[in-house]
Amino acid sequence: MTANSVIAIAFLKTGKSSSGNSSTDKQATNAPTERRKPPAPWVEKYRPRSVDDVVEQSEVVAVLRKCVEGADLPNMLLYGPPGTGKTSTILAAARQIFGDMYRDRILELNASDERGINVVRTKIKNFAQLTASNVRPDGRSCPPFKIIVLDEADSMTHAAQAALRRTMEKESRSTRFCLICNYVSRIIVPITSRCSKFRFKALGETQIIARLQHICELEGVRIDPDAYKSIVRISGGDMRRAITTLQSCYRLKGAEHTINTDDLLEMSGIIPEHYLEDYLEVCRSGNYERLEHFVREIGYSAYSVGQMMDQFVEFIVRCGSLTDKQKAIICDKLGECCYRLQDGGSEYLQIMDLGCTIILALK
Amino acid sequence: MALWVDKYRPRELSKLDYHKDQAENLRNLCKQSDFPHLMFYGPSGAGKKTRIMCLLREMYGAGVERLRNETMSFTTPSNRKIEVMTVGSNYHLEVNPSDAGMYDRTVVIDLIKQVAQTHQIDINGQREFKVIVISEGDELTKDAQHALRRTMEKYVATCRIILSVNSTSRIIPAIRSRCLGIRVPAPSENEMTAVLQSTCKREGLVLPPELAKRVVEKSERNMRRALLMLEASKVQQYPFTAQQQIAELDWQVYLRETATQIVSEQTPAKLEKIRDRLYELLSQGVPPNLIFRGLVEQLVNNCDMSIKAKTLEYATQYEHRMQNGAKHIFHLEAFVAQFMNIYKKFLAELVMTDDF
Repeated sequence: MTANSVIAIAFLKTGKSSSGNSSTDKQATNAPTERRKPPAPWVEKYRPRSVDDVVEQSEVVAVLRKCVEGADLPNMLLYGPPGTGKTSTILAAARQIFGDMYRDRILELNASDERGINVVRTKIKNFAQLTASNVRPDGRSCPPFKIIVLDEADSMTHAAQAALRRTMEKESRSTRFCLICNYVSRIIVPITSRCSKFRFKALGETQIIARLQHICELEGVRIDPDAYKSIVRISGGDMRRAITTLQSCYRLKGAEHTINTDDLLEMSGIIPEHYLEDYLEVCRSGNYERLEHFVREIGYSAYSVGQMMDQFVEFIVRCGSLTDKQKAIICDKLGECCYRLQDGGSEYLQIMDLGCTIILALK
Repeated sequence: MALWVDKYRPRELSKLDYHKDQAENLRNLCKQSDFPHLMFYGPSGAGKKTRIMCLLREMYGAGVERLRNETMSFTTPSNRKIEVMTVGSNYHLEVNPSDAGMYDRTVVIDLIKQVAQTHQIDINGQREFKVIVISEGDELTKDAQHALRRTMEKYVATCRIILSVNSTSRIIPAIRSRCLGIRVPAPSENEMTAVLQSTCKREGLVLPPELAKRVVEKSERNMRRALLMLEASKVQQYPFTAQQQIAELDWQVYLRETATQIVSEQTPAKLEKIRDRLYELLSQGVPPNLIFRGLVEQLVNNCDMSIKAKTLEYATQYEHRMQNGAKHIFHLEAFVAQFMNIYKKFLAELVMTDDF
């Protein structure tokens, strides 16, 4: 069975997938030549296939498990940081609930689809208005509703969200909505009040390590036991990032290499600690030319200033040699610079500005 | 006749001049039948594109070098037609979605889906996926980046995306976590000198070490610029002499003069003259963020530390507004006016303290 349902759908047309899904199997055997299995990234390959595989998120799993057993499903709003399993959970649940009818019963829209107000008015409404029967083609019973999954819902416009409001209520007999987003604050209140909200927590160290170990065993990856911890630190609770990092490292270094912490750090784009110390040291000297030189060097070595600022916050807060007031001034500026940088400001100017503020604060 | 930059561009991973360890890693990557989405990041002229092309060649063979131009047209949701040039071979497609300006989201959605949903015709071909190279990925709007997220996952079996970006700061974390980042630092000065020397040797020229050193210094660790400068110098005067003048980019000279003028006089009349000069630069196609950076670098040269800090504070503020605003000239000019203000106040205070 292939990694994930989504891939299976994407390849139905061509029959490339050899999924456990029976309709796909049929297609695959019809294909004229035997094809190699499409290479799947581990993130897809090891996506949870049933709701019971989902780790950590106990509340939502409990609700979905009930539903798989035949109970009704509420409209849902899943939110939480990236890589915590929001999309995986709902897709796994849908496959369990609907089985072969999965394709007819699910409408998945994400930010890559056109999702303006027109789509809500036509596509979503039309799909919602279809009635769903409560028996499967093979005679078994199934829940009499369809699910509309709106992935990355926080990038929908407010107008489009507003257009959803009445549709969600009116079609509640035959349709359930599942909205997925990172920031619940970007969803308008009338929508959130119509859904039961589930927060996805960032994953803990033990869960990530357990999963990584599982993958390493199956794939035959050689890895230094200490390296697991660094992966967790790099990923910050994001399972996808953890798995991608592991796989990237494995691919780059080849199968014979034992992955260690240094490889991981280089791969992830994390800036070595000494750069942060140097930056503060240069600022302490109060010499503008040295600061400029240092900033240029960072630019040449291609480290990301955004990443540097992220790490610098932590560094400043923990730094023992600064007074509280200095820390406050620096962090204030840091926030401002980070914001501007994210918003498209120039890297060079932002980090120079930060540097000048630090120089003045340390005087 | 091709420029040296193109003529001597390394075409294979094994022939790269620097970052050899990385090249080794990239070769490892190709050995397996498959690679993840990639993001090459580094300053301009560090060799990101060269590495991408080498990687593709390693994967697909010489076929990737048979390029053809194609113009694709898209219709935006508001029924406006936009056209985007793409360069591609049978195996890959290179596109710069930011050409479409604010409509880059449509390009990302349509083009990538279109490519991703078609399969390679030749099933015995080496790979089962096509590669889409997105250049200037950091210029993509947030909307377009969000549109990429799920597409990257969904079509991962038929299509890989290679992003080439200058800095990862502007890439949303969701994209960053889906890509394998490959850092391409600028070459060190020694590495650059070596490349210049070997290029000259292949051209049959003699390059004095002093000149090579000066070219490297002037080029700001940008390999492409260094080679272009060297070639320009060769056109100007050959045989080379150690003291010969190196052709400098004229907009840089112009910008420096502008900065000098700002420091020399702070009056409304001068401001108006500066405006003409800024317009001139903009109309020549110099990117406004480079103008900003150049101005700041020059202006703070002869200032006191407190002025430097203030100048930078305003520069960041106006530069940020410029990125979000529509008309660049307003913000450039506002910054110049603000600088004149700070500078003049500072001078006045100096005179006051001198009097006492």
